[in-house]
Amino acid sequence: MTNTMTRREWLLSDAPQTRRQARLGAFYQGWLTFRTNKLAMLGLIILILLLGMAAFAPLLAPHSPFAQDLAIRLQPPSAEHWLGTDALGRDILSRLIHGSRITLFIVGTVALIAPLIGLFIGTVAGFAGGWVDQVLMRITDIFLAFPKLILALAFVAALGPSIGNAVLALALTAWPPYARLARAETLTIRHADFIAAARLQGAGRARLLFRHIWPLCVSSLIVRVALDMAGIILSAAGLGFLGLGAQPPMPEWGAMISDGRAYILDFWWVAAMPGLAIFTVSMAFNLLGDGLRDVLDPKGGAK
Amino acid sequence: MTPPMLAIRDLNVWFGEPPDRVDAVKSADISVAQGESFGLVGESGSGKSTILRAVAGLIDSWSGDLQVAGLKVRGARRDRQFFKTVQMVFQDPYASLHPRHSVDAVLSETLHLQGIGNVDQRINKLLDDVGLGRSFRFRYPHQLSGGQRQRVAIARALAAEPRLLLLDEPTSALDVSVQAEILNLLSDLRAEHDLTYLMVTHDLAVVGHMCDRIAVMQHGRLVEELPVADLRRGAAKAEYTRGLIEASGSLGATA
Repeated sequence: MTNTMTRREWLLSDAPQTRRQARLGAFYQGWLTFRTNKLAMLGLIILILLLGMAAFAPLLAPHSPFAQDLAIRLQPPSAEHWLGTDALGRDILSRLIHGSRITLFIVGTVALIAPLIGLFIGTVAGFAGGWVDQVLMRITDIFLAFPKLILALAFVAALGPSIGNAVLALALTAWPPYARLARAETLTIRHADFIAAARLQGAGRARLLFRHIWPLCVSSLIVRVALDMAGIILSAAGLGFLGLGAQPPMPEWGAMISDGRAYILDFWWVAAMPGLAIFTVSMAFNLLGDGLRDVLDPKGGAK
Repeated sequence: MTPPMLAIRDLNVWFGEPPDRVDAVKSADISVAQGESFGLVGESGSGKSTILRAVAGLIDSWSGDLQVAGLKVRGARRDRQFFKTVQMVFQDPYASLHPRHSVDAVLSETLHLQGIGNVDQRINKLLDDVGLGRSFRFRYPHQLSGGQRQRVAIARALAAEPRLLLLDEPTSALDVSVQAEILNLLSDLRAEHDLTYLMVTHDLAVVGHMCDRIAVMQHGRLVEELPVADLRRGAAKAEYTRGLIEASGSLGATA
């Protein structure tokens, strides 16, 4: 028997010998489920490429993203400039490559902050019940009553346009759905016998919340976040497009579309290339989210 | 004279507020002596599980007098000492184990919460005690059968070395063949650890096997209290108890 075969058996063992083996085994099982979903794998590959692109941006970019050369402005795609040049003669490909860093930064930070706020507020509301629940959920309702982008616009307008403030505004507008979701999950498990059993061992409220309730809410939140990533990218691009996100000359994809808007009929590539990038990454996140749901969602039927 | 392990006097338990208030238990009196195995019998909804939950502190809407090992308890708050004295095994082993916690995680958290050191050794000992090998230690609930899960739940209840075990229909969610295994295990554990049992069930055969004395409940009231020997001789006084014996007897004959 080959070495890889035994490693596979070790991972899939029904009777793991150590904590580490049990954890790795559970992880491997999830990976096997995920791998059967071809589209999700495509999404994952695109996102890994995006990560690599962001990590090695200075090495990959053929030109500086900021170097202007008005003599070659608005050139169509060519051997020298693969995706053409924009109104200031900057290489669009290089700007896209460097822009991936900004996109990942925004998406990553928002996807980290918003679900955490939502998870905390939702589980506390669901678990505590009573007036705590009422107050927290009414606050959530207030946030939900505004259209997301309008609320984000208001925040950025108040705080001043910059990337940091765009992230903050997006996070502040994105958490309410997660709070709703986390509260609903909490309500279904807070009277479960295993919570009662933990209470009978003397577990305090904080332990019940963080050790027993959070792990059961996190997986459905992760799925939801992966599916919302596309929306976050689009909102970030929207803010950039409106001039309230990244400021020139930063190569943010939304701002790049905005720059190309004036020439969209005669020089379509200026706006189309960053648009294509946003489209690809959004789609990759959606595919990934779909695959993750198969793996993580306890209600998905995958046993 | 040593106080009874569990003394319940004039216990009332209700759910909801006045217009929709449901009285689940009405002035129940039960006394379980140290080392005794006491059965609570009755049909579904007769309030037997509710008594257990009120004792365990999982319900706060009750009145009356509850004493565990001579100490009074109030409301739904219980202290450390209580959790060290009283533990509970739940009815459905599919619902009483956290789906994302391995056997090891369940038991080590319990030991940690109960302030017991030497976790590694204790977990192996507990698993041996309930007849699960050490190979089960790092499994997750979904990798266990119903009977194995219930054994884990029993190990969890035993972790703190309690003196009183509340058993809420511990076998009703299991296959018949597995039921016998779990019941034998519980009998052995009681002898080994000198435990007191308060067991809820609707199965008179289980009661005959496990208990010394039983109380019969109907519509939230205790109808009758009698030794199991009387139950076997068919010497039940109350009409309802006789009906119950008859019903389960005919069931036993067809099975």
